[in-house]
Amino acid sequence: MSSGMYEAIVFLPLLGAVIAGLITLVGAASRHPGASPPAPHDDHAAIDHASLDSEEEVARSTAGSQAAELVTTTLLVLSWVLSCVAFVDVGFNGHDARVPLFNFITSGDLKVDWALRIDPLTAVMLVVVTTISALVHLYSIGYMADDPYKPRFFSYLSFFTFAMLALVTADNLAQLFFGWEGVGLASYLLIGFWFHKPEANAAAIKAFIVNRIGDFGFALGIFAVFLMTGSINFDTIFAQAPDLVGKTLHYLSFDVDALTLICLLLFMGAMGKSAQFLLHTWLPDAMEGPTPVSALIHAATMVTAGVFMVARLSPLFSLAPTAQAFVIVIGATTAFFAATVGLVQNDIKRIIAYSTCSQLGYMFVAMGTGAYSVGMFHLFTHAFFKALLFLGSGSVIIAMHHEQDIRHMGGLWRKIPFTYATMFVGTLALTGFPFTAGYYSKDAIIEAADAASGAAASYGFAMTVAAAALTSFYSWRLMFKTFHGAPHDRHHYEAAHESPIVMLVPLALLAIGSIGAGWPFLHLFTGDGAVEFFRDSLKIGSDNKVLEEMEHLSFAVRVIPTVMMAGGLLVAFQFYIRRPEIPERLAREQSVLYHFLLNAWYFDRIYDFLFVRPTLWLGRLLWKGGDGFIIDGFGPDGVSARVLDVTRSVVRLQTGYLYHYAFAMLIGVAAFITWFMFAGGH
Amino acid sequence: MILQAIFFYLFAGVCIASAIMVIVARNPVHSVLFLILAFVNAAGLFMLMGAEFLAMILIVVYVGAVAVLFLFVVMMLDVDFAELRHGLLNYLPIGFVVGAVLLAELLFVVGAWVIEPGVPKTITAPIAGDVSNTQALGEVLYTRYVYFFEAAGVILLVAMIGAIVMTLQHKPDVRRQRVGEQLARTRASAIEVVKVRSGQGLP
Amino acid sequence: MTIGLGHYLSVAAILFTLGIFGIFLNRKNIIIILMSVELILLAVNINLVAFSAFLGDIVGQVYALIVLTVAAAEAAIGLAILVAYFRNRGSIAVEDVNLMKG
Repeated sequence: MSSGMYEAIVFLPLLGAVIAGLITLVGAASRHPGASPPAPHDDHAAIDHASLDSEEEVARSTAGSQAAELVTTTLLVLSWVLSCVAFVDVGFNGHDARVPLFNFITSGDLKVDWALRIDPLTAVMLVVVTTISALVHLYSIGYMADDPYKPRFFSYLSFFTFAMLALVTADNLAQLFFGWEGVGLASYLLIGFWFHKPEANAAAIKAFIVNRIGDFGFALGIFAVFLMTGSINFDTIFAQAPDLVGKTLHYLSFDVDALTLICLLLFMGAMGKSAQFLLHTWLPDAMEGPTPVSALIHAATMVTAGVFMVARLSPLFSLAPTAQAFVIVIGATTAFFAATVGLVQNDIKRIIAYSTCSQLGYMFVAMGTGAYSVGMFHLFTHAFFKALLFLGSGSVIIAMHHEQDIRHMGGLWRKIPFTYATMFVGTLALTGFPFTAGYYSKDAIIEAADAASGAAASYGFAMTVAAAALTSFYSWRLMFKTFHGAPHDRHHYEAAHESPIVMLVPLALLAIGSIGAGWPFLHLFTGDGAVEFFRDSLKIGSDNKVLEEMEHLSFAVRVIPTVMMAGGLLVAFQFYIRRPEIPERLAREQSVLYHFLLNAWYFDRIYDFLFVRPTLWLGRLLWKGGDGFIIDGFGPDGVSARVLDVTRSVVRLQTGYLYHYAFAMLIGVAAFITWFMFAGGH
Repeated sequence: MILQAIFFYLFAGVCIASAIMVIVARNPVHSVLFLILAFVNAAGLFMLMGAEFLAMILIVVYVGAVAVLFLFVVMMLDVDFAELRHGLLNYLPIGFVVGAVLLAELLFVVGAWVIEPGVPKTITAPIAGDVSNTQALGEVLYTRYVYFFEAAGVILLVAMIGAIVMTLQHKPDVRRQRVGEQLARTRASAIEVVKVRSGQGLP
Repeated sequence: MTIGLGHYLSVAAILFTLGIFGIFLNRKNIIIILMSVELILLAVNINLVAFSAFLGDIVGQVYALIVLTVAAAEAAIGLAILVAYFRNRGSIAVEDVNLMKG
């Protein structure tokens, strides 16, 4: 409302990032004036045991980290407060805003301004991003307490927040793309934060590259939009969208429907960013990063950028039914696929990562049916309980002294009761236990899938229902194996202790959110209230009656998700509390299926064989053969080698013997005369 | 005519034969002597052509000075009897070929020679008919070509200086007059008056 | 048979070729090279005088005189160099004169 508020929301995190960044650089400079980086550490546990280079080094690197932490966290809390104010202002008082900042590009027909677009959709995202980010900053003060590179961490976290905020407040596709790439960069930096670990580096590169593949499609989509409408400004595009229906793009002697193509290309970007089926391989490996990073980026905000993008471009998607069907299919497949893989994983963070992947699939199913607000609702609630689960698992990891394998845990509920309680709440919300936030949003999606018409929607319905049962199973499996039963690692179990208060406060707040973000907001995101709340920011097709029909579904449909949830809970209870030998026996008997799921349907192997190896081979060929042999060979190296060869042979002419020289002269004279005689002089 | 031909072939043949022997002879002194023979025969050829001044000059300068100089040097340097080394045979084929080619070309030119009709008009300095060769040369040399004459003198001067400079060695323990120093001697540096007490001598 | 210009020129040509042979066919010592150069110059002189005689132009003989002078000077200098070289290196065998080897 007040001028400068929206700029403050977006740019305060950037300020925090810059300050923390400067602290990092000063610390780095004082630590290593021009020398090489410190010796590699094996893993975080080693750092924990203060096995660093020296006490002095630790002191110097952590110098200023308190200032970095406090500055960034404070600025982010400020941003959060302003976001809540904005939410109320925009959502309820209807003060949409467009805040122009500066002119970005003016080139021929292309005119791109940097402006903040504030409407209800933006407001929802602002709240989500700043809330989770502020809580993660606070949590990281405790989680990264032993890490000597804190200023860098907080700088990256704040930079990520800034990029995400730039993404959600974008007024045109170029700005959106800037935020898109910015969060990709932040993700790379944060996944590879402990860059001395080779697995972390590999995971960071993998994330970046897979994202890039999606971004390629996204960029093509932007170009196609510009081609068809002559602008990349949202207002202009949305105004021209209805005119594009039925127009075709001519490409390689094919005539494709323009809007479908555009939406499919843009969705490819969403597939990459939100780790949907086929471009999902980076998300489990991204767990190499610190847990707060996983909570912030890979649960609540970055991966939801794809969902947000589809919602933002709803005017386009509503006019492309084929694209929408594709979205549903992909989303549903992801939901089911990720849930099946999550059933058998043993790393606590990987289970939650696949869970995220699955829930994102849910959101896309909703987006595809046209119930954009329902998808946003699930995004909203999912941010809370998924971040809670991640932060809680971080607390478990700290308690178990960096042990992440759930097979080595057990019986922890006595030792870390607060964490247990909050994770219990989070699990309830994730599985859709009645009256939690997840219950409302997840059931809404399943209802929307049923209400929508078409084969894709039916497929979506079937998959989401099946995935609900699987979700419940693996979530409760995680809880039972971690917190119940007999401890498998006595030593770690004895040493387990509750986390510091600075880590528990965010857990508590998120637990409150996991319950409280549901029912009070239900009428804002579903039904007629949604249309009223979101106004023009979400455009549903004129013949799309999903939101209405959702309200009039049969009781059976409405209760089936809860039934699935209960079924999953019972089976998990049976497997892991009553008869724990059953899962092991099943794994041995069904070993093919077990390994198929354990290796995530062998996607990594397939991609490695199909894409990575050929690319590496091609790269090596071009490097050694192309660059090394041809370019260097015919260029500098070749020229210098030939020069040496020639000089070596020429040197043999200089024998030093006078008569050799005279002989050479004689030959020259004879040749000259012969030539003269036959060519005839003038 | 016939006499001229006999003498020509005699002189030419011996000249060429001794030229071959210059190259081929084992003893370097023999080489020099054959060189002298070649010069003398060349002087004979000059005589036949009517350039008697030049023929005599050839004897005087070449044989009397240059060849003697060669002889001096050969005797002075410790030049030993070198056998015909094997290396000669390596180069013989290609050298022979190239030399033969050159000779062939020269003879070809000689054989196909045609004097242009207009040449008599371009003669620079026609030989005066009734004077001796020496006088004819003198009439031209000191008038029209005096600069070349002077230049030749300068060349000889430079050669002389060069030869002296290159071969002159100062023997280290030979005393010489250093006239400049002698004349620059002052009383103060040369004489010192010392009062000597009788019976004491110089300390 | 009338001895014409061609005969003298042939003699000169043969002497010239022999001189050239002498330069690079000799394996003995440097003095042979200098003597071969004298042979070459002699051949040139014969050429000049032959032309002078048959064209009736005294210039050829003047030129031959100058060439003679220069040849003498060059022989003197060459031998001086040889003597200096011999003093420094101790040998004038052709194989040993390879200081210019690159």
